Amino acid sequence: MGIQEVAIRFDDVSFAYGDLPVLDSASFHIHAGEFAALVGPNGAGKTTVLKLLLGLARPRTGRVTVLGRPPEEARSSIGYVPQHASYDPAFPISVTEVVRMGRLRGSSGRYGPNDAEAVRRALSMADVAGLADRAYSALSGGQRRRVLVARALAAEPELLVLDEPTANMDAESESRLFETLGGIKGSATILIVTHDTGFVTALTDAVFCVGERGSGRGVVRHKAAPVDHIASELYGGPALQVLHDTELPDDACRGCGKAGS
Amino acid sequence: MSGYLTALVDPAMPFVRNALVAGLLSAVLFGTLGAVVTVKRIAGLAGAISHAVLGGIGMALYLSAKGIVPNLPPIAGAMVFAVISAAIIGFVSLKAKQREDTVINALWAIGMSVGVLFIAKTPGYADPMSYLFGNILLVSGRDLVLLAILDAIVVFLAWRYYPQIEASAFDEEFAKVRGVPTDAIFLATLAVTAVAVVLLQTFVGIVMVIAMLTLPSGTAGYAARNLAAMMVGGTVLSAVFTVGGLAASWALDMPAGAVVVVIAGAAFLSVSAAVGLRSGKTRTAKPLGKKKA
Repeated sequence: MGIQEVAIRFDDVSFAYGDLPVLDSASFHIHAGEFAALVGPNGAGKTTVLKLLLGLARPRTGRVTVLGRPPEEARSSIGYVPQHASYDPAFPISVTEVVRMGRLRGSSGRYGPNDAEAVRRALSMADVAGLADRAYSALSGGQRRRVLVARALAAEPELLVLDEPTANMDAESESRLFETLGGIKGSATILIVTHDTGFVTALTDAVFCVGERGSGRGVVRHKAAPVDHIASELYGGPALQVLHDTELPDDACRGCGKAGS
Repeated sequence: MSGYLTALVDPAMPFVRNALVAGLLSAVLFGTLGAVVTVKRIAGLAGAISHAVLGGIGMALYLSAKGIVPNLPPIAGAMVFAVISAAIIGFVSLKAKQREDTVINALWAIGMSVGVLFIAKTPGYADPMSYLFGNILLVSGRDLVLLAILDAIVVFLAWRYYPQIEASAFDEEFAKVRGVPTDAIFLATLAVTAVAVVLLQTFVGIVMVIAMLTLPSGTAGYAARNLAAMMVGGTVLSAVFTVGGLAASWALDMPAGAVVVVIAGAAFLSVSAAVGLRSGKTRTAKPLGKKKA
């Protein structure tokens, strides 16, 4: 996949829950191999954007394409890390079994030897190989989040989507997570969703903000600039400040026009 | 106990052997299906289906006694009500979550009320007690065949679709993203539960069947490392509770279904208390700290 290929494209996408509009003619795109951040306050519509690109919701108007296909057809190439704020501590399951879920392919068959090897690699990439035999319920919140990253990586995804991955995470786990993401960057497109609208990790290539835009609600590309007054442990390394007073057109990225897909 | 063993081998008492076989066949359903019901937290839905079944039983007794549908067996009415209840609950759960509790409780109450009304208007004497609390000594050879067939279907489905069942119960949204038909799995679980409830109500009755779908698997869940182990553990425990309950009920001259449920409940509460005490001691002795991977 070349640098000019587009991994995610929203073309004039509108969406509403009943009479409640959430997105109004939202257009943005993310290139293959990029590390993108989707930011916005709680309730802005970030989760709706995620549901649309994961094929869990359909736009009222406009078109969403993921890896050049409709989202439903691209699912097998997407690694997804949900926010997963709650889980059932009484559910008996080991870390390996959780990660193995990333190898699921619809209703087809049971797991095979290739799946075991992919799970082993994913555990190693997410730095949780030492937890493989532990019960999932026995882990700390940060460890569970990294296990869910491993589960997403087990799919060997072309697109990795992480919803609020650092929520309730301790500094050490956060640092390890961004270390993992830094290692993956370039080999897969990464979209990280966060309610922190002020700063993003320095791994970020493109920042998109969801929220009120004029008469409607849309997605806008912003510039981000390095800052040196933010403690490095907050974002697993150096941080970028999101410059909300800058609004870049959708085709502002280097060497890109709408025909870039 | 020796009296029970003597009865088991007595050629004049085939119903005692039938009861034992029914209990062991039921254990497979209690363990396998019960584990899914427990981890998916749909015991309330299963409870509503099981109680709504009384409406179908009452209706069948009434229609048969009045000669409107001669010889209509109660199990046919039960099956119709169970499937309709499962369909309504499934639809409401998927499409109108905000009304889920109300609809489930309404089905629960209306089903039982309709059953009581039909039974009250049925000519002759119809004892609702055997349906409410079960009478395993009435299990027929046909019941055993049906239970064995349902056992085979449930075990096959659990084996074939284990990864999908596990994923949809653990994290439904993620399972959907991986293309797992989570709604279909949910509806299939409800449908199988509905059929199982009808067959199992002969054993422990419609009031207590939900107890046996949750207590053995819940007890096994404390020691199980995964869902499969919970299914196997739940099946083994159900078999132990069943055999123990049948022997105890024979010795004490008490209703078998109630004795089995009391044993299963006592085991669950004892294990829960032991686990609670142990985890309390662990917290006191070792304050929780951050663990490094």
